[in-house]
Amino acid sequence: MNKIIASFMLLAMLSGLSAPAFAEEALATASAVAETMAAPVVEAVLAAEPVVEAAAPVPNKGDTTWMLLSTLLVILMIVPGLSLFYGGLVRAKNMLSVLSQVFAIFALISILWVIYGYTLAFGDGGGFNWMIGDLSKLFLAGVTPDSTAATFSEGVVIPELSFIAFQLTFAAITTALIIGGFAERIKFSALLVFSALWFTLSYLPIAHMVWATGGYLFEMGALDFAGGTVVHINAGIAALVGAIVIGKRIGYGKEPMAPHNLPMTMIGASLLWVGWFGFNAGSNLEATGGAALALLNTIVATGAAALSWMFAEWMLRGKPSMLGIASGAIAGLVAVTPAAGLVGPMGAIILGLIVGPICLWAVSGLKRSLGYDDSLDVFGIHAVGGIIGAIGTGIFVSPALGGVGVADYSMMGQVMTQVTGVLITVVWSGVVAFACFKLVDLTIGLRVSEEAEREGLDTSTHGERAYNV
Amino acid sequence: MKMVTAIIKPFKLDEVREALSAIGVQGITVTEVKGFGRQKGHTELYRGAEYVVDFLPKIKLEAAIQADQLDRVLEVIEKAAQTGKIGDGKIFVQSLEQVVRIRTGEVGPEAL
Repeated sequence: MNKIIASFMLLAMLSGLSAPAFAEEALATASAVAETMAAPVVEAVLAAEPVVEAAAPVPNKGDTTWMLLSTLLVILMIVPGLSLFYGGLVRAKNMLSVLSQVFAIFALISILWVIYGYTLAFGDGGGFNWMIGDLSKLFLAGVTPDSTAATFSEGVVIPELSFIAFQLTFAAITTALIIGGFAERIKFSALLVFSALWFTLSYLPIAHMVWATGGYLFEMGALDFAGGTVVHINAGIAALVGAIVIGKRIGYGKEPMAPHNLPMTMIGASLLWVGWFGFNAGSNLEATGGAALALLNTIVATGAAALSWMFAEWMLRGKPSMLGIASGAIAGLVAVTPAAGLVGPMGAIILGLIVGPICLWAVSGLKRSLGYDDSLDVFGIHAVGGIIGAIGTGIFVSPALGGVGVADYSMMGQVMTQVTGVLITVVWSGVVAFACFKLVDLTIGLRVSEEAEREGLDTSTHGERAYNV
Repeated sequence: MKMVTAIIKPFKLDEVREALSAIGVQGITVTEVKGFGRQKGHTELYRGAEYVVDFLPKIKLEAAIQADQLDRVLEVIEKAAQTGKIGDGKIFVQSLEQVVRIRTGEVGPEAL
């Protein structure tokens, strides 16, 4: 309080520089006020000391603000960002179907998250705690505005509700990412049922295993700062399985399926990049230097990957494309996600430089040779980029390479731990996704009719058209 | 009376229109079209997917004129639309049997 008054006085002083007499007077008043104010405050602190020691830590307003802001940024990634990024890549007749799918999944997962998702992901599952939480906070039972959640620092907490909201957005974007694998042919009802099933059986256990205390990969020491395995590998594998189980689009490889609006894809990619600062730097859970490191890494790794994809495409195909630059940026964002707060900026740049050309190969050479129709390259960018990021995190976290380091670090050991995390996620997500897709296929059917697919999902499923011009 | 249809490069439209106005052509109709001739299409690449685009955007310009204007019209269109590179387009000429001005009911050359 005394500081605030003093600084007001200082401000008054600065504005009154032309009047030295006033300034002198003000300075004298300021110090007098400071003295009179300081004494009782110190006394109060001394008197209250024993009580303070016993009380639980209170969230810092700066940290709380940062978590609320980060949550909004991740929502910006999903509803406008991912929607437009994906929407621009499909044909005009399917534009609204993609927008509807992302929007509806976000809404659906939001509800499921607060009903049972949060408690299963972050609760203590007792005997099953290596894999899943419990139902003690079903319907957010017992959570109040005063409840707190731990951060990475001892004694520093944030409001539990802000943590719940922040984590909600992660669950929603992961599930929404999957639709890119089978865009332009999925049945809307089937997608909603699949999303609820996969979220429950794959997202929640993987998130618990990686991020919750007692989770299998967490205890093993697997590093995943903001969700490279939980979000990107998890979603990328489910998308690949979906693309294969549902089958190729009619005319795939024969008819042109060029993106209908790349400027929208560019807008979407830009919103994703901006939102990703909430995703990565927000995962620091505190507004500290760690968040700043994650934020800077999220800029430079992305820049490096956009450039490396662009130059690789330029050299190999003759032209640097806008879609290539945007895709490279997304690949860089994916790769830096597990690494964001753990590697140094130079490590992040190298990670970005590596991931661009590899993802370019994954969406062209690899995709062609395996023959699947992953419509919007969720596997090629998110799973492949996520795997490179997960393994790269194990390497560049090394203090020798500018990383922040972890206790008992050995590069080989950490890389093996990272690989284990990747393999568990790949197998878990793959098996669960396959089972969920098959279940939905046998009950309500995964795919729209051939006629509906040719007509386009906008009119056949949603009864509206994106562009009436 | 003659009907002249010219397929030209889109960026040449303004020059052709000015040249036709200058020699007294009263009106033209313009359509954005796609097609192919000797000028080959191009390749588009979206990540791994490569598409050959055979049909290129062109402008179709139609003008109904007096028969005695024909030579001059052909001359100015040719001059204005030419770049000397492949893909400059073509001009088609047909006989025009009848013309009606809807507002006044005039028919034949007076309606042009």
